[in-house]
Amino acid sequence: MENAELESILASHGHRPSELLATLQDIQGNENWLPRESLAHVAAGLNVPLSRVYGMATFFSSFSLKPRGKHVCTICMGTACHVRGAQRLVEHVEREHGIGPGETTADLRLTLETVNCVGACAMGPLAIIDGEYHGQLSTQTLGRLLKKLKG
Amino acid sequence: MADEKCNVVEFKVQGQICQGTLGESLLSALRRHGFEVPSLCFHEAVSSYGACRLCLVEVKKGRRSKLTTSCNYPVQEGLEVQLDTDEVVRHRRIVLQLLLAAAPAAKAVRDLAARYGIEETPFVPRPEEDCIQCGLCIRICEAVGVNALGFAGRGVSKHATTPYEETSAACVGCGACADVCPTGCVKVVDADGFRTIERWHLKVPLTLCKTCGRGFAPEVHLTRMAGQAKLEIAHLANCPKCRGRAFAAEFRLP
Amino acid sequence: METRFHSVADLEAYRRQLQAVRGPDRKIVSVCAGTGCRACGARGLAEVFREEIAKSNLEVELRVTGCQGFCERSPVVVVQPQSIFYQRVKAIDVPEILTETVEKGTAIQRLLYTDSDGRTYEREQDVPFYRHQTRSLLAFNGQIDPDSIDDYIAVGGYAALGKVLQERKPEEIVDLILRSGLRGRGGGGFPAGVKWQSCRKAHAADGIRYILCNGDEGDPGAFMDCALMEGNPHLVLEGMILGAFAIGFPGQPKGYIYVRNEYPLAVERLTRAIEQARRCGLLGKGILGTELDFDILINKGGGAFVCGESTALMASIEGFVGEPRAKHIHTAEQGLFDKPTNLNNVETWANVPLIISRGLEWFTSIGTGDVSKDPWGGSKGTKIFALVGKVNNTGLVEVPMGSTLRHIIWDVGGGPPPGKKFKAVQTGGPSGGCLPESLLDLPVDFDRLTEAGSMMGSGGMIVMDESTCMVDLARYFLHFLADESCGKCVSCREGLAQLCAIVDRICKGEGREGDLELLKDLSTTVQTASLCGLGQTAANPLLSTMRYFEEEYISHIHEHRCSAKVCKTLIRYVIDDSCDGCMACNAQCGTKAIQGGKKARHTIDDSLCTRCGVCMDVCKRNAIHVES
Repeated sequence: MENAELESILASHGHRPSELLATLQDIQGNENWLPRESLAHVAAGLNVPLSRVYGMATFFSSFSLKPRGKHVCTICMGTACHVRGAQRLVEHVEREHGIGPGETTADLRLTLETVNCVGACAMGPLAIIDGEYHGQLSTQTLGRLLKKLKG
Repeated sequence: MADEKCNVVEFKVQGQICQGTLGESLLSALRRHGFEVPSLCFHEAVSSYGACRLCLVEVKKGRRSKLTTSCNYPVQEGLEVQLDTDEVVRHRRIVLQLLLAAAPAAKAVRDLAARYGIEETPFVPRPEEDCIQCGLCIRICEAVGVNALGFAGRGVSKHATTPYEETSAACVGCGACADVCPTGCVKVVDADGFRTIERWHLKVPLTLCKTCGRGFAPEVHLTRMAGQAKLEIAHLANCPKCRGRAFAAEFRLP
Repeated sequence: METRFHSVADLEAYRRQLQAVRGPDRKIVSVCAGTGCRACGARGLAEVFREEIAKSNLEVELRVTGCQGFCERSPVVVVQPQSIFYQRVKAIDVPEILTETVEKGTAIQRLLYTDSDGRTYEREQDVPFYRHQTRSLLAFNGQIDPDSIDDYIAVGGYAALGKVLQERKPEEIVDLILRSGLRGRGGGGFPAGVKWQSCRKAHAADGIRYILCNGDEGDPGAFMDCALMEGNPHLVLEGMILGAFAIGFPGQPKGYIYVRNEYPLAVERLTRAIEQARRCGLLGKGILGTELDFDILINKGGGAFVCGESTALMASIEGFVGEPRAKHIHTAEQGLFDKPTNLNNVETWANVPLIISRGLEWFTSIGTGDVSKDPWGGSKGTKIFALVGKVNNTGLVEVPMGSTLRHIIWDVGGGPPPGKKFKAVQTGGPSGGCLPESLLDLPVDFDRLTEAGSMMGSGGMIVMDESTCMVDLARYFLHFLADESCGKCVSCREGLAQLCAIVDRICKGEGREGDLELLKDLSTTVQTASLCGLGQTAANPLLSTMRYFEEEYISHIHEHRCSAKVCKTLIRYVIDDSCDGCMACNAQCGTKAIQGGKKARHTIDDSLCTRCGVCMDVCKRNAIHVES
């Protein structure tokens, strides 16, 4: 990420340390993950210790300190999805793509993530693939959806 | 003075009347009055955090009584405090068993547990671990204004660390973290002209004392100190011992 | 069209103008596009409606709404003025709906809701799922395009605010909320009026008081706040503005809504609603031409359940990690940025405009107990539940406080799916508990649920049948909490880790003599010695399953048996005689655990089987079973 871009994100939050969380969210929104240099830049730009920025980035589960794949498959692990077999979807991706939750395939094509409920409980088990919600999934439909991903 | 006087409040501990300053840590006040309350995460020099949960006491305020950690409970007028009630001790023992499983390699934990007659834990231990994540190192690092340390992660994987688990550019190797560490898991080793704090991946050269030639403090630390005290770095060229001697010599009577 | 209202009279004139155009005979197609319906392609469906309506010459309004609640049958479409309710609508149905229903007013039979007895219902209000509810908060979700402030104003929105600003004093509103007995919908059930009063009374040196809305609905299995924020954002805003007036006027009240990261649509809708409200003079300086200045900012969470805890939420808004702090000094006095702060949950705020516009008697006539002398004396108003799991009609259910579980699960929810037997219902998410069949007649309110060892929580209600293992469920919640704990207190961090370890081994059939006692003792310490609500309630799912389903724990420990056939180490897959040797399972098995050639009955080598269940999914003859 260019320094100018980072600066404009910092500026949009008024360089306020209280907006550290929102600042990091914007960076991840742009970059898809939180590169090391950006965290250092944020620390310097907001005049807060890097230890605090790093603590923030590792506390909240929506942040990734590793590059994420071109496609992101997020499987909902809420209770309703759990009782309807969400764990099996995770195991399916583990089996078929060799990645566990929070991991990315070596070719940076696919990242598997889990989330504790997205609030579409009636549709469980559910996965969000590149921002699209897919409900009432079986391992087979999920498999097909992931195969269809381009690139 | 008048203001301070107004802030003095009275409260009772096991029936005995005690004084404290309004809002001060109850644990501080208890210890000042000679009461023994165990704790591993408390230090007068820094703010209280309430992580180890060992300093539990029973506090009665008005008609309601509850168990609470005393380190982060503010002293108030009219509190009635009970120290080692059956319930307090029961929970403290389980917390000790948890700590014993969390950091079996920490002698301070084993010693404290032994005082409660606990030699073994019924829980699954992490054999090598000696850190209890009390955060004292982080709080002292913040208090000295360095902020090299922080917690990373959350839940079971929360741990005190430098960013990216690597040498921190902010760390000056002052060793305050080791001074306050209750389990001794942060160790400062000065040897062969270097200071090493393995836990923080730190190895920095020591400045040699102009007089005795012994390595006594990391260069970065001295530079920082000089800057803060607005001193020439030359004033810090001698180790504290030699500085003391020189000072004494200067003022010796003829 | 949006105009700036310089006075309450302006707003009322505008409302009359809107209502004059929107007569009761107006033709409207409302398409539900809540998160649940979107997962079933509702967004595409709305687009098809838009195109088809454009092509036709029909005078009909398309209204894309937030969640209408009947998620099981999504995507749902309601055609006005007749209120004809269509379910599981597909793109190909659109032209027919337009010609048959919108134009001619006749219902299309195949799209209507049919219950398990084969009865078909035409109008929305007759469908049992809706008929047995008391919808006041959710009533507007089907009538409002959440992106249109006009829609909200047309159904009476911001009238409560206008009335209050014109006629009432702040203290009167605090008193009204106090006497209404409104209790916090976020879980704890603390009387909102008591909070408001302390915050109003607290000393604010610079006049700043924070008015916060907790939209960090982290309970897995709960989405009622999501539906309110997505479906009717202005209702929440109006509640907060009323709160700002009652708690912080005169002075400088400032507002924040903390929304969880997993609700992007809610953030989008709220952002737009706030912008509209600002343009209309309903937020910002001099609201409706009065002296009230108040604005609201949105803070997005970062994916941490613990941030639903009040002090953690405030720490997060201040730019720190979500670690709770001790509340020996109440947040009403020193909360966000050390200023007096009032935090209520989304659903609590949403109740406020209704209480004001419909009055105290209306609100207190719904629910349980007597709150005339003590706000803790009962549970008043309605409560929205997210009814999910093994039940026919999953979705959002709004019923009076004190309704029985049986009413919610059977009358509204239609009971368990055919052939399934009810086993338990989990209420209150990770802080709540599991209630067995014997408690189905329990009136659901704050106090009864707590007595039964569960909790209202934010209102998640997950129905389970015999295929849910109670030990596994406890294990699920414990792992959830161990991961979501902030990790500060030893009792919570290490306590949960050890509870997980013990329950893990029980699920593996390695449970030991004395494990149940150990679980109980440790649970009590986790509850008592931990700082915040997360730790203090973390053992509830475990303790309640141990209390009501102890025999399952015992059979796991002593017989190494999982009667629900869930715990992997304790089950095995077997193939019966009906196998025709089609090789489908054989081809899918990742570990080559299935033997047997073409047209020969297959067998599973238990030592190679990973219990992934793929074979069962692909078997067309239902020849594969699980045994324990």
